[in-house]
This record gives sequence, C-alpha cells and structure tokens, in this order.
Amino acid sequence: MYAYDKYDQAVVDARVAEFRDQTARRLAGQLTEAQFRPLRLMNGLYLQLHAYMLRVAVPYGTLSSRQTRMLAHIARKYDRDYGHFTTRQNIQYNWIKLEDAPDILADLASVEMHAIQTSGNCIRNISSDQYAGASADEIADPRPLSELLRQWSSFHPEFSYLPRKFKICVIASAEDRAAMRLHDIGIELVKKDGVIGAKVFVGGGMGRTPMIAPEIRDFVPFDEVVSYLEAALRVYNRYGRRDNKYKARIKILVHEMGAAEYTRQVEEEFAHMKTLGLDPPVAELERIAAHFAPPPYKSGLTDEIDRSDPDFALWVDTQVKAHKQPGYAIVNISLKPIDGIPGDASSAQIDRIADLAERFSFDELRVTHAQNIVLAHVKKADLYEVWKSLKADGLATANLDLITDIIACPGLDYCSLANARSIPIAQKIAARFADAGRQKDLGELKLKISGCINACGHHHAGNIGILGVDRKGVENYQLLLGGSGAEDVSLAQITGPGFDENGIVDAVEKATEVYLAHREADERFVDTYRRIGMKPFKDVLYA
Amino acid sequence: MNILTGNDLATGDVIWWTGNGWSRHVEDSVDVGDKGAEIAQAEVAARRSNEAYVIDATIDADGKVRPAHIKDRIRALGPTVRLDLSLKPADPSVGNWVI
Repeated sequence: MYAYDKYDQAVVDARVAEFRDQTARRLAGQLTEAQFRPLRLMNGLYLQLHAYMLRVAVPYGTLSSRQTRMLAHIARKYDRDYGHFTTRQNIQYNWIKLEDAPDILADLASVEMHAIQTSGNCIRNISSDQYAGASADEIADPRPLSELLRQWSSFHPEFSYLPRKFKICVIASAEDRAAMRLHDIGIELVKKDGVIGAKVFVGGGMGRTPMIAPEIRDFVPFDEVVSYLEAALRVYNRYGRRDNKYKARIKILVHEMGAAEYTRQVEEEFAHMKTLGLDPPVAELERIAAHFAPPPYKSGLTDEIDRSDPDFALWVDTQVKAHKQPGYAIVNISLKPIDGIPGDASSAQIDRIADLAERFSFDELRVTHAQNIVLAHVKKADLYEVWKSLKADGLATANLDLITDIIACPGLDYCSLANARSIPIAQKIAARFADAGRQKDLGELKLKISGCINACGHHHAGNIGILGVDRKGVENYQLLLGGSGAEDVSLAQITGPGFDENGIVDAVEKATEVYLAHREADERFVDTYRRIGMKPFKDVLYA
Repeated sequence: MNILTGNDLATGDVIWWTGNGWSRHVEDSVDVGDKGAEIAQAEVAARRSNEAYVIDATIDADGKVRPAHIKDRIRALGPTVRLDLSLKPADPSVGNWVI
C-alpha cells in the first residue's frame, strides 16, 4: 500500500501544528465559534448531538495493521472504546473532546493518517472497491489512480471552496461494489484497444435529490485523467449554484444544464487543460503504482477447504469470495451482529482485526461502504483459523449481502441532522430475521436505512430502503423498494405513507413475503421487484 | 417552559442552564422565560458554553424537566442504543423516558 513520502508527511504534520494553534486560540477565547467552526470542520471535527465527532479519512478504504491499531488506540484513549465505520469507508469517533483533538491528529499523523477534507465543500476521501487488487474481474488495480487523485485533490487551491461537497469513486470491474454511479464523479477503469483508461460518469448522488450519474466520456487515457477531472470540476466550480445549498451539488448542474451541454463544456475545458501540462509524468504514476504491487503470494497452495464444521462452512459460503490468485480467498468480516450496531467495532475488535490482517493478509485490510471489513488476501488453508479467531471476538456473523447486513447511518442517536433513529430499526429488523436459514432463503437483499433525507444510510440504493422522518415530533419511517447501488444501479421508490417504529419492521417482513410469493427460479428480491413492479407490494403493505 | 442548552466548549459535553451555571443533567434546568438569548450570548462570550440555544420543555408527572422534542431528550440522555454510555447506565428503564 502507499507510504507517505517526505512531502506527504510534511503537509500532514504542518496541518497538525496549525490546528493545535487554532484550537489553543479557540480555547483561550481568541477565536469565536463562528471563526473556529470552518477551521475545525476542515479537520473533520464536527459538533454532533452529544459531543464533538471526529471523522478520520481512510483513503480508498485501505489500512495497514499499524494504522488500524492506532485507530483502536484512539478509541481507547480518547473516546469510549469504540469507533464507527461509515458508508464512505471512513471511521468516526463520537465522544471527542476539543482539547484532545490536536493530540489525536498528531497520533494519526504518526501513522500517515489525517482527518483533512472529511468535511466542508471540498473533494472528500476517494472511495474505491474493497476487493481492489484481489478480485479476478478487475482490469487493473483501482488504488493507484485513487491515490493519485488523493494527492491531486488534497489542498487543491481551486477546489477547496466548491459550491458543495464533492465525492469521487474509482472502480475497475464491471461489478460495482462501491456504488460508483451514485457519486459526484464515478470512474470505471476500462481497457480500449489494449490500453487502460477511464470511463467517466458525472452527476450522481443520493441526498434529497437522488440521481444516477450519466456517462460523459467513454474513455480518457490514464495519463490524462487528472486534466479531465480538472475540467469537470472547473465547469462545476464556475456554474454550480452557490445561492442555494440544496441545489448546489454537481448533479443538479448536470441535470439542469443537460449532460450533453455539460459534457461539451468539459471537453472544451479539457482541450485547454491539456495544453497546460498538469498531468503527472509517467514516472510519478509508476512511483505510485509500485506501492500497490501484488503481495508476495505463495504458489502451489491448495484450493481445498475442509468444510466439516457446519458453522464454518456457512461462514465460508457467505463471507468468503473468490480471489484471483489460486490458493487465496477474500474474507469479509461482518460488523453486523444481530444485536449490534451496524459499523461499530470496539477497540479490542479493531485490534484483533489488525492482528489478523498482519498474520494472514499481508498486513493490510479494507473498510467497505457497507460498513464491513475485508481481509483481501487470505490463504484458503488459513480460513479456519481466521474464522475461529473472528468467532472468539464476535466478528464471525455470516450475513454478507443478506437482509441483516444492514447499512444504517448513526441517525438520531448520534447525529444532529437526523430526524429519526436508524440503529434501533436496524436492530429490530435484524432480530426479526435472525434465523440463518430464513436469511439464506431470502438470498441477496440489501437493506439500507437513513435517519434523514441526507441519505448517509444510502436508502435510495437499497433493495429495501428506509427513510426516517419527523412527523410532528414523532419518528416515522418511509419504505422504499427497488434500489441498487451496484452495476444494475437504480433508485428505490417510496411505497406510500410511512410507518411507526414497529410498523416499519412489519412492513419489511410483508415486503419479503410478497417477494417469496412471486419469486421465480433464482430471482433476487430486486429482480422480482423489477419484474412485478410496485403494485403487488403496495396491495399487501396497505391492505 | 423554555430551557437553555449548549455544549461545553472544551469537552463538547451536553450542558443545561441551571440559573447560575451549567449542569450535565437536564433535570437541573430552569425556565429561562424570555431571557434565554441574553444568557446564551453572555455564556458563549465567556466561553462557558458553545453554541447555546433555547428549547421547549415540559414538567413531567414526576415533576422533572422533559425536553419537548425527542432529539433533545436523546441529547439529554445519550444514545438510546448505548444506554451503558448514558448518564444513567444503571437504570434499565431510562430509555422509556426518551420515547
């Protein structure tokens, strides 16, 4: 994985010193909250419902064991012994003291991490495929480009004050595991005439106005991607609305201007940008790519897995995915135990995951947008030992992409923007569908819950989505059906009037019963929904 | 009744105006009437609170202050899904107060 050079480290260290001074001045009364607020937000420090919340960037979801242990250390020393992995592959701490924040950032900097640009109207952490470098279906590893874009977008002077926040995703497979087309810019690495380049989608997103990003360029040569993105951002920076934050995202611009006209203007700007020589030299691309060279796989390993332990076999069938290298597998660690909080992990669990990554997966791991963890390169011969260790720490839940593998935002339990709680709904649904056989019978069913219209819980992309709203001071939950964040991307549609806290759990169960009654062959929930439409579901939900 | 709440500047803790200072416990709140904005301005200026503001509250059947909106009740107690982290971790029924 990427290792900071002296420039990266100097930049991050300087930011820590700067924020230490800013914090001291705030505590001494030399800065008002109005003056300090944008400064702390630029360092990922929010003021949430109960305390300050720190959002730490995990670049394209990749962590070393050393970095992961530092995340556990921060949870233990400065927070309340746990962290929350988010839907943008980051981690959040919910109980931070302002007076501790500079020390935390210094600790992060000591392991090449930071919280820069995890808030504000700038380019946020680049997200990517959690199976990068391990999946057989990728045409290239998406992380070198992700890292290049991390460097390009960090402190980019022209794009530090955009009309609104900006999210970029890079994938390199036809199978989309990162909700790529629901980002402001989605990039899919593709091969054309034997050459790798980028297919570019612009103007996707969730929030109050969900949109699927249209394709605006089918191929940008790899060594011109930075210029192309500069052009795409420039047009947005020029015309994006700054008068209304609800219409300020690039998706609104692309929609209102029209994808064709937006594209025309980007192409015009791109032609100009290419004359400026902004793209990095090939040597720099190669320097970055070298950090992501395949790990030293062993050859001649067995592909056999001893499945004599039925619990282990169930876990393998659910959590383990094919790896491109014979003898290896991709392990998905669920952070969705039935009675747990989606995405939460204790410091002890985070430490254990770091240990497993160090021992069994070449010292690195991944955070997924679905709030789980991935060990990307595990020998099949080691799977049983990994599973036993996970089981001992409450991390061996077998529910990947099943109905209890629920994405849920922190909701009203933690978030000052939320209108309703998300986590208790996730817990009630998980309890209702706890039976492993029932989950398996339902098959792939992605359920996503947001506690407000900002959609951090990706409810628009849920096969079943739930949106919490405030109805005269009482929590109410809208049900949505038919969304997908994958390569068959679609936006979920609202079924009708909302439900109360218990009613929404019953409604989800009824929706699954409609699916089972109409399912043909091996259809997934979303396939059946697309075939039969909304009406059979509404007929049962509102009978 | 109107009560005044904010966050402790240094720690971020949720705090409630008691009439002569700040408490971590909402039941210590007093009715600030129409003086909330004035008190908030003075307390924020003195750095004893961060972003203080007035909310609606009632007195419940036990004679205790209860914020009118669920969001403020969750602020007062802590996350309903981690009552072990709330201000009353020993009270298993405390979550009912929020709902």
